[in-house]
Amino acid sequence: MSMPFYVAPEQFMKDKADYARKGIARGRALVGTLYTDGVLIAAENPSHTLHKVSEIYDRIAFAGVGKYNEFDQLRVAGVQHADVKGYQYSREDVDARSLANLYARYLGQVFTHDMKPMEVEILVAEVTPHADDDQLFHILYDGTVFDEDRFTVLGGEAEAITTRMESAYTTGWSLGDAVKGAVKALAGPERTLEPKDLEVAVLERSSTDARRAFRRIENGELTTLLA
Amino acid sequence: MSLPLFAPHDDPGPSFVHLLDKLGLGFPEVTADPSAGLTITHGTTIVALRYADGVVMAGDRRATAGSSIAHRAMDKVHPADRHSGVAIAGAAGFALEMVKLFQLQLEHYEKVEGAALSLEGKANQLAQMVRQNLPSAMQGLAVIPLFAGYDLRRRQGRIYTYDVTGGRYEESDFHADGSGGRDARTAVKMQWREGLDHDTAIELAVQGLYEAADEDSATGGPDAVRGIYPTVATITEHGFERVPEIEVAERFAALIARKTAQGLNR
Repeated sequence: MSMPFYVAPEQFMKDKADYARKGIARGRALVGTLYTDGVLIAAENPSHTLHKVSEIYDRIAFAGVGKYNEFDQLRVAGVQHADVKGYQYSREDVDARSLANLYARYLGQVFTHDMKPMEVEILVAEVTPHADDDQLFHILYDGTVFDEDRFTVLGGEAEAITTRMESAYTTGWSLGDAVKGAVKALAGPERTLEPKDLEVAVLERSSTDARRAFRRIENGELTTLLA
Repeated sequence: MSLPLFAPHDDPGPSFVHLLDKLGLGFPEVTADPSAGLTITHGTTIVALRYADGVVMAGDRRATAGSSIAHRAMDKVHPADRHSGVAIAGAAGFALEMVKLFQLQLEHYEKVEGAALSLEGKANQLAQMVRQNLPSAMQGLAVIPLFAGYDLRRRQGRIYTYDVTGGRYEESDFHADGSGGRDARTAVKMQWREGLDHDTAIELAVQGLYEAADEDSATGGPDAVRGIYPTVATITEHGFERVPEIEVAERFAALIARKTAQGLNR
């Protein structure tokens, strides 16, 4: 007959957190930052088909790092939630804050009750008519939510990248400056990142599409912005 | 509300309609007999025609309930997504709900899958929605949409028509539906030819609606008193674009002046 081992709850939680953090640190990082016309999200991502950054709703974007299948499942759930909410109430009633709370609740639940925590960190961003109201919610694997008001870094080497962003960031910077700053911070002093290594998207306040603010910035345009 | 999370075998995939069903929010089936004294609001004439750069869609603004006018400014031509539009004739309440669901269905697919449906895929989705409405159609609440769009893969405009059973037919050149559809169709048919330019195509759609309003009491003509004019939109590779109402008003004024000069408005 085997005896169940006693593991102190502190140890148990710490092990889970270490496990999740290790998984996340293996992946490449991502930066979300406010700029003059909305929100910019830049990710190091050599794949052109498996996206880290995507559209959730008219003015809301999602980005995830860590295990792709896990954050993609969260992305789809977010799209489903937002579309159903907009259908039942009104498009105006769909907001990033309530979605971020739902994600936090779910991640917290999984972290506490499931064997394996989710190895993801996610970002929920919203652009609003007034620059002061733009939102960045950074949610950790255990459901902790941070409400950022300048920029945030997710994924491996987040601390080093945050330090570099600290020195680069200026309030109300232009799209070009923000793209250059974020990409430099992601690359660090020893590397340069090419457009093919990057996935960049924006939520634009002055979007040409009256409703959907999400837009990907791809090869040609990205090359111009980085030059 | 909670986060909708499904087990892999239970996931509704990119379909918004299936998602609503899973969440118990699906469209309830009509079981009452609407002929028993209810007056249902109906929308009327819609037109679509192909031209050099894509398609033009147009619809009058009147909705009727029995023999009275229910709304004077109803929009029957709606964007379905960036490169397609849907126009509706039939029971207005159901039709507007169908348009809303269809728009969501396309957007939901695009977001979940990360790529838009093909134009034919969109047309088939709409056919399924019309078919689902069949029980209501049997009770007099038919909805007949007209779907048109710019096919980005084939680089041309395409038009699809439907019948109440969800039958989907691709029209090669033009079509009109609703109570004044026959008159509009005849007017367009007389002058349609391959490779029409932008202005002529809009002119032709406007003429079709004018003739329909002339013959059909349920179709609204240009309303200069209130400043309400039919909806006209173009769909090209640049997307769905509404023709400004002021331009539509000018075209109607020119058409009426021309007819008067020819001695036709007596």
